Amino acid sequence: MIPRTMRPFFPALGLIAVLAAICAIVHLMGNGELEGILTEALIYMVMVVALSIFVSNSGVISFGHVTFALIGAYASAWQTCCSGIRGVFMPGLPEFLLHADVPIIPASVAAALTATAVAAIAGLIIMRLSSVAASIALLSLLFVFKTIYENWSSMTAGQSSLVGLPLYVDLWAALAWVAVTIVAAQIYMSSAHGLRLRAAREDEVAARAAGIVVWRERLIAFAISAFFFAIGGILFGHFLGTLAVSIFWLNMTFLTLAMLVVGGLRSLTGAVAGTLVVAAVRGFLRALEQGIHIGGATLQVPQGMQEITLAVVLLLILVYRPQGIIGDRELGLAAAK
Amino acid sequence: MNQIQLLADAVSLGSIYALVALGIGLIFGVMRMINFAHGDLIMLGAYALVLPTAADFAPPLIGAWPAVAMIAAIIAIVAFAALLTERFAFRPLRRREVDGATLLISSFAISYLLQSIVLFVHTGRPKSVSIFPALMRQVELAGIRISLVDVVTVAATALLLLALGVFLRRARPGLEVRAAAEDFIMARLLGVKADRVIALAFALSGGLAGVVSLLYVSKTGVLDFQMGVPLAVAGFVGTVVGGMGSLLGAVLGGFALGVASTLLQALLPEALQPSRDAFLYGLVILVLFFRPQGLFAPRAMGERI
Repeated sequence: MIPRTMRPFFPALGLIAVLAAICAIVHLMGNGELEGILTEALIYMVMVVALSIFVSNSGVISFGHVTFALIGAYASAWQTCCSGIRGVFMPGLPEFLLHADVPIIPASVAAALTATAVAAIAGLIIMRLSSVAASIALLSLLFVFKTIYENWSSMTAGQSSLVGLPLYVDLWAALAWVAVTIVAAQIYMSSAHGLRLRAAREDEVAARAAGIVVWRERLIAFAISAFFFAIGGILFGHFLGTLAVSIFWLNMTFLTLAMLVVGGLRSLTGAVAGTLVVAAVRGFLRALEQGIHIGGATLQVPQGMQEITLAVVLLLILVYRPQGIIGDRELGLAAAK
Repeated sequence: MNQIQLLADAVSLGSIYALVALGIGLIFGVMRMINFAHGDLIMLGAYALVLPTAADFAPPLIGAWPAVAMIAAIIAIVAFAALLTERFAFRPLRRREVDGATLLISSFAISYLLQSIVLFVHTGRPKSVSIFPALMRQVELAGIRISLVDVVTVAATALLLLALGVFLRRARPGLEVRAAAEDFIMARLLGVKADRVIALAFALSGGLAGVVSLLYVSKTGVLDFQMGVPLAVAGFVGTVVGGMGSLLGAVLGGFALGVASTLLQALLPEALQPSRDAFLYGLVILVLFFRPQGLFAPRAMGERI
């Protein structure tokens, strides 16, 4: 039984507890490879929960959030990357960044705020469009920034990779950011802004008639969501240790959206569960592509089956269970009733 | 580059974007869905020209057939692929009356699926291919030298638009497509079969995508499994700029985008040219700031209550 005063926070706290337990178990198993897969999954979870702040509450599908991961990851690299030889990779950096040695957490927050600022400015225009047009405009936003970053060699190393980002993201760092993101998503959802935006999602015309300024509510959710999606991108950079613009493109867009849709577009629990399920399927397929030894036999599928299978799984879920595996339920709410 | 050739490039790219936008607009009309997979259908048509290999220069498959057979085969293949996506993904989704967001994500998933399949079969290396080599020369028109492929592209587009315009205005099935785009429920009450009219829209849209495959590849000569993405984005943006729900708007919006893109390429200083798309879509966002409903939006496109 959950005490009454705790209920508004419950899905968030319950989810964090479950995730912490999973992390503890995997850590105790001492399998480094598995721990790496889980860390990557948690980084994706930051992005998926961030995406859900905007998509789940507004009902507008975004194909452009990866833009903020791109902006955040590079902004963090500008502050922390490759001590000493930063100027070799990125000679165009302004003086105050060239020799700055910003601690990782303030650097992450500053980088994510940069992405938020871009989101706020672009959102001023995009959030006024109809929801289908906004989805397309968001994709063009990603297009714009990918093109800029690919050609802005003095700041991003252009088409080649940046190497030497500090590798500080382990299982616990990722889990901590997941926890922060989930709590933020929960607070937004239960706020008046979240309620207004969901009202507009259910019936935009009626919401307008009730005095809700739909584009403003969308913009608020968009900015918060961009902040945490950027955090996801930053974590990804400091998990891999290298950055290339091509990481932040359609694969990441597809994967994060698939994770959100598989779990269910309408609940926080769905975003978390979807990420874990898709990451597990992906990890399994990746292992299959390399070959799994069972007894004397080797089970192996050709390279490329991973993407095809994921796309087919997503389509099957969309056709047979469009509300996702979780639907609009939340963890623990049934027990609380 | 001389100014006449620049103009020819602008009009030719504009024509291709107009065809893409029209293909997307046809389906948006009847289903209120942006079909993400449209660009990948174009890509599929282009890859159908060649044999799967890992080589840089792809040996032709259908690309070796006589011109008429090749054109007919590519258009038929892409139209058939479009119908398959309708039959096995969008129709079951429609039966379940899913919302627009789900349809949009489904088309994105189909797009990703098609890319992954081509990546799997043909490998990810960009390849070069040559079809209609005769088009790659310059011709003299009224004393001005321009590429033949541009002339053919513009002529083919004009003919197609004319034929499609007559079909949509005069023929019964074409009228049904337009009626369904105007008011789907009313059209059904008046005896338009929903499945049939949507399948027809997909077939027409797929046919247009097949034509674009041929025109685009004969101009660029390059195959890449993500080649459909920039085309599709241009088409989407064309429909949005033109005003969603208007076929004429889609054609004009796509055309304007292609012309603007070519002109930007020529007018921007050399250092900024690689970032042309950034300027182009920045310009689009600016246009949408002043006219969020698009340039040629029909009045009836607000939500129906």
